[in-house]
This record gives sequence, structure tokens and C-alpha cells, in this order.
Amino acid sequence: MSDTPGDRWRGIAFDRRMATVDFRVGERAHITVASEICRSCTTQACVTVCPADLFAPTSDGGILFNYEECFECGSCYMVCNHDGAITWTYPDGGQGVVFHHG
Amino acid sequence: MAERPTADRTVVPAAEFDVVVVGAGPAGSAAALALARAGRSVVLVERGPFPGSKNVYGGVVYGRVLDQVVPRWWEEVPVERWVVRRSTMVMTGTQSLSVDYRSEAWGEAPYNGMTTLRSEFDSWMAAKATDAGARLVTSTVATGLLFDVDGRVTGVRTDRADGDLRAKVVVACDGVNSFLAKEAGLLAAAEASHHTLGVKEVLDLPPEVIDERFGVTGHQGVDIEILGCTRGIPGGGFLYTNRDTVSVGVVLSLPHLAAAKVRPEELVADLKEHPSLAPLLRGATLREYAAHLIPEGGYDTMPTLATDGMLVAGDAAAMTLAAGVWLEGVNFAIGSGLAAGRAADRAIARRDWSAVGLASYREDLERQFVLADHKRLRRAPGLVLSERIQNRYPGLICDLVEGMFTVTNPTPKAGGLRVTRRAAARNGVKLRELAADTVRALRIFG
Repeated sequence: MSDTPGDRWRGIAFDRRMATVDFRVGERAHITVASEICRSCTTQACVTVCPADLFAPTSDGGILFNYEECFECGSCYMVCNHDGAITWTYPDGGQGVVFHHG
Repeated sequence: MAERPTADRTVVPAAEFDVVVVGAGPAGSAAALALARAGRSVVLVERGPFPGSKNVYGGVVYGRVLDQVVPRWWEEVPVERWVVRRSTMVMTGTQSLSVDYRSEAWGEAPYNGMTTLRSEFDSWMAAKATDAGARLVTSTVATGLLFDVDGRVTGVRTDRADGDLRAKVVVACDGVNSFLAKEAGLLAAAEASHHTLGVKEVLDLPPEVIDERFGVTGHQGVDIEILGCTRGIPGGGFLYTNRDTVSVGVVLSLPHLAAAKVRPEELVADLKEHPSLAPLLRGATLREYAAHLIPEGGYDTMPTLATDGMLVAGDAAAMTLAAGVWLEGVNFAIGSGLAAGRAADRAIARRDWSAVGLASYREDLERQFVLADHKRLRRAPGLVLSERIQNRYPGLICDLVEGMFTVTNPTPKAGGLRVTRRAAARNGVKLRELAADTVRALRIFG
């Protein structure tokens, strides 16, 4: 990821950007994605808007999602227009992102 | 309002607390503070490990509302810098025009606005509540509401074992995604078009370098709000100084960002590379990257503020003012939280915490800045995020100024009207539209 060339991550590689954030990763995936629903989605807006870049299109047209480095912002479920594609909850108490300079 | 004790109330099992406040952000801590000071038993539930750990803001906390929290708050509040320079910048890729206002008075008591870190500011606010007697419970998620058989809210369920917290009143200050307000039926399903995504980089820069580059000293700080830096996606940019960091970022309309297929961090990179800002940020290294949603729909998109046994405040009630030249949120959170606490206290005193018994909350907010400002500026978000303001006027304004100040000898100077007409034409704006938008702006802001 860090070696992706081009314009996209000018200045700082994306994984170095994310490495500046304190995540207290819980056992439970607080967000799940039903990839079979995503396959019929033509926009896949979650891929564009997620500020942590956690939604990765797969070769079969679905979505691969990682919950570990999530900002818990809510952008993904708000732009998603397919019922049931994204199941969104907060991480368990004390877990998830911890902003120190927010 | 007449006292309305009801028989149904008395059969409800005794509450463990007078009030459960969900979310120890500025709204929740203000509500808990008001209630604790009134002698009510109040528990403040926070899902993060400490107050502020989930929170991000975009520039300035306007502190006047803190006069209601503690006298001479400026002597103890965790401030980064006092904002003495407030700059509004419109830009294109190669041009910029700034209106830069500076006031020495803003750098002295009783102050106007401050930059701060939410981990410190929100913890300070929560400490005010606990000092007054509120009980703070961190690392605990309020996962849902408890209702009685008649559908009245009677508490919250948490993710702790035996985690039900029963109370006469629940104050939901659970932020922009407020699942509690939605569960109570006060807020319709989330609408992307009423939300913007804020992404922010906090960059390390030595204090003396900040002082030199921004023309300030010591405790003085700068806030710059920027229009025209988001590749046509409705929104804007910001840059403000902390003590030994600067914060830079963009705020972007969520559906437009999705449609534009541009990644948010690319727009921050654009902004940092702009010739007007790059010299201010040279050599600065990333300390922390952050993102958060902002409810920017304004007055017309606010939820119902009260139901039987429950009030909503802060971001959960969409109380952020995104009206172009005014960008405020933390002050509205505190103002609404204090009002919610007062309203819950009055309702409990009268033994009626139904929607009717809690209705004084909205009346209180309408009498003061919280709803008065929002109501007055209810059309502002629509204007500020409109296509011409976002895409055409930054270029028009820059071309107009460039036309005025570019000396074209030996060609004689063009008149003001001609320069305006030329700048408007170059940016695809008809003078009729310019006049109409001016009138519209005067109606909204005048």
C-alpha cells in the first residue's frame, strides 16, 4: 500500500498517515459488509468517501472491508444506498479510535 | 406551565438516577453540569476511554457561553492559542484573496475564540461536571434505549454486564450519528446530503516558527477559513494554529464527494500545496490524521428535540452553524447542553418529564443564541454550498481583484463595471445572477 505510485498519496504514504492514529482494536468487527450485496452496486461510494480507505473493491466486484483502523465517522453507511450492505455499530466501550489532537 | 403530575408516572419503577446523559462531549458535560449543580443525581456515559477521545473539530471554540460554566474560565481552560487573527480566504488554484481581521482585544480577557485540543478541552468540561457531583462512566457504549409499555424512554442499555441505566430523563448527546435520537423516532434515517465530512491533519511545527510565519506571539493564534479549494465539491478548507502544531483540513459535502470520485486526503494535499499556504506549512510533519462527520443541514434538518423522557442536544440535534463566514459548533453544544440540563431539572421538579413537561427546553433555546442564530441563518447552508458560491465566485472575486490591480499600461484602466463584467463572464456568471445572489445573501445575513 505504501508504495502505490502516483498522485494519490502526495506527501505521505497512506499507511504512514494511518500510523499516526491511535487505534485500540477490539476483537469484534463493529462494522461488517455484505459483499454479495456490494456486487450489484454500481457506485461503491464507500470506496471513495471512507477517510481511512478501508473499503477495497475485490476482483469479483464485491467489497473487502477491514474494521481495525476505522474513524467511526459514519460516512460509509450514509452514502451507501443498498439496504443491508453495511452493518454499522460503535466499537465496544473503550475500543476503537482515540484522537489525541482532535 | 401548569404542573401536570400523572398517575402513570408514579407506577413507573423508581429510577436509579434522575438523569442519564449519553456522551461526554461539550453538550453532555454541560447538561450533566447543570443537573449536578441543581442537585440531581446524574450519570454521564462516554464510549471512549476519556472525554474527547472520539471528537474532532475544525477551528475555533467561541468561549462566551463558558461564562455560564465557570467565572473567569479563561484562567483554567486548556487553550492552545487565543485567536487574534480571523482570516477568510477565497482561492483558485493560482490565486487567492484574503480578508484578514486582527484584534488585540481578542488576545485579552474576556477573549473571543480559542484553539484547543478536544482531548483536553472535553476532559476539562467533563471534570467540571464531575466536580459538581455528576458520575462519569467511560469506556461504555449506550447501545439502545429502554422504554416502558407506553413507549416512554426510561433509560439506556449499555454494553457493560448488567448495564441497564434507568433514569427519569435521558439526555442524548451522542453525536452526529445519534442512534439514540433515531431509535426514539426524533430523527429520520441519516441523510448524507445534510452532512459534511471533515478531514484534518495536525502538523508539528515549533512554536517560534508558528509565531514568525503567522505574525503572532506567544499565546496569540490565527484561524483561516477557505473557500474555493475543494475542486468544486461543496465545502471549504481551514487552517489554524495550535501551540506547537497547526491543523489543516477540508470539509466536504458527503454525496458530492462520493460522486466526484476524489479521495478526501487528496483535497487536503491540494490545500497544503497551494502557493498561498505552502510557505506557512513548509517542513511541518504529520502528528495526527483525523476525520469526523459534521451535521451541516442547519435549522430545517434538526430533529424533534424532546419526547417522553428524553432530550437531544449538540451534534445529535444538528446544532452546528455552517454559515459561510460563521463556523461554530462547540459553543452550540455547550449552550444546548446547559439548556437541556435546566429543562430536565425543571421537569423533574414538577414531576412531569413527558414531552410536554420537557417542552421548556425548546422554548429556552429559541430565546437564546442556540436556536435564534440557527433560525435566522436557516437558509445560509443552502446558499454557501450552492453551485455558484462554491464553483464560480471564488474565481470571479479573484479575477475581479486581479483586473483591478493589474496595471495594463499603455492600455488605460478599465472602469469598475467593465472589470466586474469581464470577471463574471470569464467565470460563467451573469450579472443578473450576481445581483440575485447579492440580494439573497443580504436577506440571509442582513
